[in-house]
Amino acid sequence: MQILNTTLLIIGGGPGGYVTAIRAGQLGISTILVEGESLGGTCLNIGCIPSKALIHVAEQFHQTQHHSQHSALGISVSAPTLDIGKSVEWKDGIVDRLTTGVSALLKKHKVQVIQGWAKVIDGKTVEVGDTRIQCEHLVLATGSKSVNLPMLPIGGPIISSTEALAPKSVPKRLVVVGGGYIGLELGIAYRKLGAEVSVVEAQDRILPAYDAELTHPVHEALKQLGVKLYLKHSVEGFDSQGNTLQVRDPNGDTLNLETDQVLVAVGRKPNTQGWNLEALNLEMNGSAIKIDNRCQTSMRNVYAIGDLSGEPMLAHRAMAQGEMVAELISGKHREFNPTAIAAVCFTDPELVVVGKTPDEAKAAGLDCIASSFPFAANGRAMTLESKSGFVRVVARRDNHVIVGWQAVGVGVSELSTAFGQSLEMGARLEDIAGTIHAHPTLGEAVQEAALRALGHALHL
Amino acid sequence: MGTHVIKMPDIGEGIAEVELSQWHVKVGDMVVEDQVLADVMTDKAMVDIPSPVHGKVIALGGQPGEVMAVGSILISIEVEGAGNVKESAQPVTVKEAPVAAPKVEAVVESKPVAVPRPAAVCQGPMVAREADERPLASPAVRKHALDLGIQLRLVRGSGPAGRVLHEDLEAWLAQGQSNASTATAAYAQRNDEEQIPVIGMRRKIAQRMQDATQRAAHFSYVEEIDVTAVEELRAHLNEKHGATRGKLTLLPFLVRALVVALRDFPQINARYDDEAQVITRLGAVHVGVATQADIGLMVPVVRHAETRSLWDSAAEISRLATAARTGKASRDELSGSTITLTSLGALGGIVSTPVLNLPEVAIVGVNKIVERPMVVKGQIVIRKMMNLSSSFDHRVVDGMDAAQFIQAVRSLLEQPATLFVD
Repeated sequence: MQILNTTLLIIGGGPGGYVTAIRAGQLGISTILVEGESLGGTCLNIGCIPSKALIHVAEQFHQTQHHSQHSALGISVSAPTLDIGKSVEWKDGIVDRLTTGVSALLKKHKVQVIQGWAKVIDGKTVEVGDTRIQCEHLVLATGSKSVNLPMLPIGGPIISSTEALAPKSVPKRLVVVGGGYIGLELGIAYRKLGAEVSVVEAQDRILPAYDAELTHPVHEALKQLGVKLYLKHSVEGFDSQGNTLQVRDPNGDTLNLETDQVLVAVGRKPNTQGWNLEALNLEMNGSAIKIDNRCQTSMRNVYAIGDLSGEPMLAHRAMAQGEMVAELISGKHREFNPTAIAAVCFTDPELVVVGKTPDEAKAAGLDCIASSFPFAANGRAMTLESKSGFVRVVARRDNHVIVGWQAVGVGVSELSTAFGQSLEMGARLEDIAGTIHAHPTLGEAVQEAALRALGHALHL
Repeated sequence: MGTHVIKMPDIGEGIAEVELSQWHVKVGDMVVEDQVLADVMTDKAMVDIPSPVHGKVIALGGQPGEVMAVGSILISIEVEGAGNVKESAQPVTVKEAPVAAPKVEAVVESKPVAVPRPAAVCQGPMVAREADERPLASPAVRKHALDLGIQLRLVRGSGPAGRVLHEDLEAWLAQGQSNASTATAAYAQRNDEEQIPVIGMRRKIAQRMQDATQRAAHFSYVEEIDVTAVEELRAHLNEKHGATRGKLTLLPFLVRALVVALRDFPQINARYDDEAQVITRLGAVHVGVATQADIGLMVPVVRHAETRSLWDSAAEISRLATAARTGKASRDELSGSTITLTSLGALGGIVSTPVLNLPEVAIVGVNKIVERPMVVKGQIVIRKMMNLSSSFDHRVVDGMDAAQFIQAVRSLLEQPATLFVD
């Protein structure tokens, strides 16, 4: 058996693991990264990036179709056709470029990447095949997996997001199980690609993690697109003979939904199985590994970052944790203490939440002002054929320090930058109201929301 | 339940800022109408802020020593009924609080003394942070603080809404403050400074003492007194009457000695108005008794000591001292003395140089009692000895008069029977 020695060993080459490795390399720490599949993890290969590529394809196709049917913009084209195989190829090209890029960055920073599945032996020893790696610091970054439903085992017409992101053809009918952000992002994309899409959600509204005011424009858009919603419906089973999904309606009656495919998107869970994590006997926090504000587990010099450490399961959180852990290991004094971590849904319209919502602020015992500005009063939104949605700000009543931003509308994902920055800088309403925002941009709605909270919005 | 907000009142004279001297209440206290909530001070006046309502204190608007803008929120009180603030009101729509007309009392006329602001680190009014509240700071400041090993929550922020700035970290470091543990703390070099604003009571004392030493021509005279006999008498009286009439300290004997001696020295029991160039001799003997209270030195007054028996004096001294220490002494009880007695008891030392309580012309200081070998009629005997250290205003009291007065006091105390023989 080959034995390797290193200062830092990272299990998992996703956004958390590879960023830890790059930063550790920059800091001169001898680092080995173990990855069983391809670098970039879920995010680059079967998550964030490919889904955004597919959403872009769907949007372009949808727009062109729109122009072929008496577009108000005066453009007319003949009805478009879609070669989904080429679309997937294009998407794979992007994924390839990114994963190759990660590989090059790791090499540049002298990180040794070992291909294979890691098996934990103890807090300082990991085996990969017949190689034994001994380390001083161990970073666990194995990410998360889709949650499966026992009555809907993945296979054939029943697919997970992974299969949905590499379609061989667009199904005529698709039922999405789960009205969260993954189900809706993909459901909307498939609808725009031409499928008849239904969404089955057990709760009484879509995107149940966000407040009703915020999700209302998305709900309206789904109706406009012709996506059928089965709210308060639960899945009972799938009949592969008749290709029907059985769901139970709120009255307890069973409904049969005929469909060609069923996309199961009911959430993700920390990937704790199959790599002998049990050997460490770490303290857990539900199904995730329990960590402190330095991402340290209950075992000395063993860290857990990203989805493995629980909610919020977001790539940018994992990256920030990874960077911090590398600096900690290099001897710097660090802690993971962001004011807020932005969450974005790439639905149509997009939805972004940074910091506290009005309800969360109230629950935290804060006396807050919540104020929103609608895109209906924003010039740029009109020129983008988008009038739905709004920007909402939540600020403390006593000193006007902003504690949260939310927005829903076309393209608002990019506003997360401004939102995050204002929260981290401790901005007050007056700071945002006093910043000149370029005209005409969607960002003007950000300034106007702050002005409105101060009682003097200009364009309302 | 509603919230009643009291704002810093406009005390007049076009003053925009008022110094908060002292709180008389804290968060959670129940207050009743007219109860004094706080003392505020301008350069000219001390003002009590009474409560216009019954209720419970839910928030204080500032810290003692803070200079607050007129109209800023001083205190919030939870009251029965609607209060004067709507829960959902937008900020800055708080209605004018009906503050009862503040009582303005003039502070001893003097040159306006600039009140030193607290250190440069905390310039300007700042928003106090709750202990468990996350400190407001940019990521760069947070990282810098981590690098320096500074706990941000210990640093006061001078930025908007109490935001901690890079400058605040530097000021914190410059103060030598650090929460990093130092193993050799006992011998560590210390460069820390603490600046305490001279406000309220301390400011008043400072002004009075400075005024006294600048105006009066102090001279001190020290004499030793054999208190063996008076101490024996005191022990005897306490044994005999202590249970029923209360214990006597030496102070009532001293008061009595002053009363009797002053009959022959009216020039000592006097007030000198140096601006009017008039000396007022008083028949009444109002004895000020210097008393140490938590907030500083106070001088409650035993009125008409010439009418009081030993026990009467003792009871009055005790009552006044308690009142002064608990802040309950009225303005009348704290003014109008004609002569002052100052005693530090067992801490009295052997000599002191008391500062006159103007416009009085004499102050008698009591030093500690010790047993000493003394020569009496050619024999060395052990006697209880005590020094009296007294100061006089030489502008109007001659040395001869002062010496004769103290000799008279000495004679009275050494022959205690004469204290009671008219």
